Amino acid sequence: MHPWVGAGNDDQRHILTLLGLKTVDDLFASIPAEVCTERLDLPPAQDEDGIRKTFAAMANANAVMDSLPCFLGAGVYRHLQPAVVDAVLSRAEFFTSYTPYQPEISQGTLQVIFEFQTLIGRLTGLPVANASLYDGATALVEAVLFSHRVLRGKRNLVVVAETLHPMYRKVLDTYTTAAGIEVVVVPPTDDGRLDPEQVRAAASDRACCVVLQSPNFLGIVEDLPSLADATHEGGALAVQVVTEAVSLGLLAGGGDFEFDVVCGEAQSFGIAPGFGGPHLGFFACADRHVRQMPGRLAGETMDEEGNRAFCLTLSTREQHIRRAKATSNICTNQGLMALAATVWLEAVGGAGLRELAASCLARSEELKRRIAELDGPWRLAYPSSPTFNEFLLLGPGTGPELVDRLAGEKVLAGVPTATWGGSWPDGILVAVTERNSASDIGAFVAALEKLS
Amino acid sequence: MRHRAIRPEPLFFELNPRRVRRQGYMLPTLDVPPVEPARVLPANLVRDPDPHFPDIGEMEVVQHFHRLSQLNYAVDEGLYPLGSCTMKYNPRINEQTARLPGFASIHPLQPVAQIQGALRLIWELEEALKTITGMPGVTLQPAAGAHGELTGILMIRKALSTRGDPREVVLVPDSAHGTNPATASFAGYRAVEIASADDGTIDLGALEKMMDDTVAAIMLTVPNTLGVFEHRIVEISKIVHDRGGFIYLDGANLNAFAGRALPGLMGADAMHINLHKTFSTPHGGGGPGAGPVTVSEALLPHLPVPRVVRTGDDYELLWEDPESIGPMRGFYGNFLILVRALTYIRSLGAEGLRTMSDVAVLYANLVRHRLSGAYHLKYDAPSMHEVVFDDSRQARHEVHNTDIAKRLLDYGFHPPTMSFPLIVHGALMIEPAESVAPEEVEAFCDAMLAIAKEAEENPELVKTAPHDTPVGRVDEVRAARDLKVRWMPEDDGA
Repeated sequence: MHPWVGAGNDDQRHILTLLGLKTVDDLFASIPAEVCTERLDLPPAQDEDGIRKTFAAMANANAVMDSLPCFLGAGVYRHLQPAVVDAVLSRAEFFTSYTPYQPEISQGTLQVIFEFQTLIGRLTGLPVANASLYDGATALVEAVLFSHRVLRGKRNLVVVAETLHPMYRKVLDTYTTAAGIEVVVVPPTDDGRLDPEQVRAAASDRACCVVLQSPNFLGIVEDLPSLADATHEGGALAVQVVTEAVSLGLLAGGGDFEFDVVCGEAQSFGIAPGFGGPHLGFFACADRHVRQMPGRLAGETMDEEGNRAFCLTLSTREQHIRRAKATSNICTNQGLMALAATVWLEAVGGAGLRELAASCLARSEELKRRIAELDGPWRLAYPSSPTFNEFLLLGPGTGPELVDRLAGEKVLAGVPTATWGGSWPDGILVAVTERNSASDIGAFVAALEKLS
Repeated sequence: MRHRAIRPEPLFFELNPRRVRRQGYMLPTLDVPPVEPARVLPANLVRDPDPHFPDIGEMEVVQHFHRLSQLNYAVDEGLYPLGSCTMKYNPRINEQTARLPGFASIHPLQPVAQIQGALRLIWELEEALKTITGMPGVTLQPAAGAHGELTGILMIRKALSTRGDPREVVLVPDSAHGTNPATASFAGYRAVEIASADDGTIDLGALEKMMDDTVAAIMLTVPNTLGVFEHRIVEISKIVHDRGGFIYLDGANLNAFAGRALPGLMGADAMHINLHKTFSTPHGGGGPGAGPVTVSEALLPHLPVPRVVRTGDDYELLWEDPESIGPMRGFYGNFLILVRALTYIRSLGAEGLRTMSDVAVLYANLVRHRLSGAYHLKYDAPSMHEVVFDDSRQARHEVHNTDIAKRLLDYGFHPPTMSFPLIVHGALMIEPAESVAPEEVEAFCDAMLAIAKEAEENPELVKTAPHDTPVGRVDEVRAARDLKVRWMPEDDGA
């Protein structure tokens, strides 16, 4: 017996009698003996108290981000966590339900998806957003394959900014290798930004899309209008990746500048860092491309009495209908995380999001200003380039060394860039959010002074 | 779940119609000098305030989502017998372990010395899944079952190209999940369908004919989507392996035999495991799931990076390996889902896992026993964890499987999976899962029998269902024809 198995031993015997069977083994007679096992060698079952102790021991062996002034970012950010987000996520009606294939009893989930799609659409400047994808990296992969489909598979080249998150690049390589798509990389200029002329030359008339991140991996804001023009000249689609979604509170999404796809990671909208997942991939595109879009989509319709109702729609793009001809093999996505982002955005509000983003900007600018004033070995790698809330800091040593030494001074300083390769200098990527108080900033600067 | 006659819940964008400033959340006081955005950012890139993104109070937020939640059916409400989906109970202790700050509030790029506990958890779950499948390697990266399929097929592809033997075809049974052929073509293969024999399992004769040196792999679901165990699995593996192909197992139905049989002994080279099915992590209204893939010796070198490596009592991350297919997603997987799955496995232990499968199969057979008189069973091979009926008897009264599904809603149950697998016309695929009490399974059977009777005596009642849900039957054709996937200001005349 076990609390999570509904039938006790007597129940099992009762059902077996009803079925005219002697033992439960009779139900498994169709499994050949040669593939069977008597017993799995697993640790013994634990009661709830034992579980708590076991898992607390593992959790306690980690250094929690909130325990120290924390400036870790590089695609995963520590933003505010309103209590209402987890309260809503903990409702069984949301977290224990399935994909809303039966719309009559899933209007809650469906309306949330519809609101999520609208919110992402308004933030990205593009009209159609899907119900979510696994994460930012796979959303980017889907954007590249989408561009390939939109241009009817005739262009087997993708141009990628080197300042795309290097981990996203690695993930993209896995898929483009399999799909036979060639990747060409455009490095940044000395100020950490892309040069539209280089993009224009690389894309020519062979590329299906140009992928760039803004704010880019180095935290620097790209000049989206000129880059969209450079991309479109040869007929490629322009794809903007966003890894710090809060930046969209202040910076207009690429859709406002003729980008064809805006996609990326929305973990910043109320989702725990959680050691890298589950996070929330998002994807938005133009109306004319909706039938090539991957993933689920909720649409508005009516019930038989003319009441507003929602359901999943355009499923003829999807694997359960189109099988081998589907736009993507994705089935399960990140539904509950889309709910988290929707609750977070609606709690923070439109004006609130702008204020929150401005708070990140102000704190980041304050830290940059104070670092620039320091005498000694610490300096900003790109002092004159515009950043939102993240920047590259250089100091007396390699990035990993500096991170370790600053950890010794009780500051989680950021992510070393050397780990990733790339043409930029070896340093620390420092992210500042609304949760970094003036005293966190002071502690960071004091630690830098001490290590000068 | 509420039923009819409640006021409709407005969309968020329709709340606060006067667009006054309210506050849903208090931000930290700005304790640094404010910055004018257009002074430090390019002015042409700074957005204008969005008048259609309202601000509402905290209680409005809570009421909005509370009311929306009440329009949903849920596992906690009643039987949710979706075949193939395994809608079992989501234990509450799993939710608590996954929310421990030492798991939820750690960053994936912290120095490894700061994340030893997280790496250990990954390592322990890997060991558990290797034991449960009897296979020597595993990756926890894939975010869902379909993502796991792709990971497995890409590893097979890499193994074949390393061997200098690239192939073109992946065999997929006609009973397979739609993700299988979608995965094969996504990975650059041609998906070729292989017909089922009369009992719904693979036709060995057909396999013998089709299995040549162009075939990279066969994708099999065990037990298959009819709930029937592929009893010649060992012979199938031999045919495929002898001709240089690989066996991909779709592990969506592992909950039918966990603790009793080992995919490793069946000859599997790769198998994904839906942690949100067999190992109870919540479906979340459509994810996040997790689809770890276990592999045979032949595929070990090609597992995705980053990988967790254990040396003594220390754990490290290996980011580069030229033999690897590379990373399939960001970081290490849906980690907080992995925490829940390991919690489940540690609570059940070996014996509990076996009991889980036993009762899952017992319940499916109870349903089969109770409903066989009223619903037609096209394939009568022994059922494992699910049973697939069809609507052919009810169709005589013009009542179809979707009508039966909608009528079940009135009885307070979620319907079974409909119209799948494709080899059963008008399919009703029922998987009770093991966690409910037997009385709940019986109550569901009673409802199904009552509907069968209604189909004969009062078919209109069934055909016009549902009658007691938050909205009436939803016009899905209209949604696709007049596509509307976002709220627009002009909806309000704004």
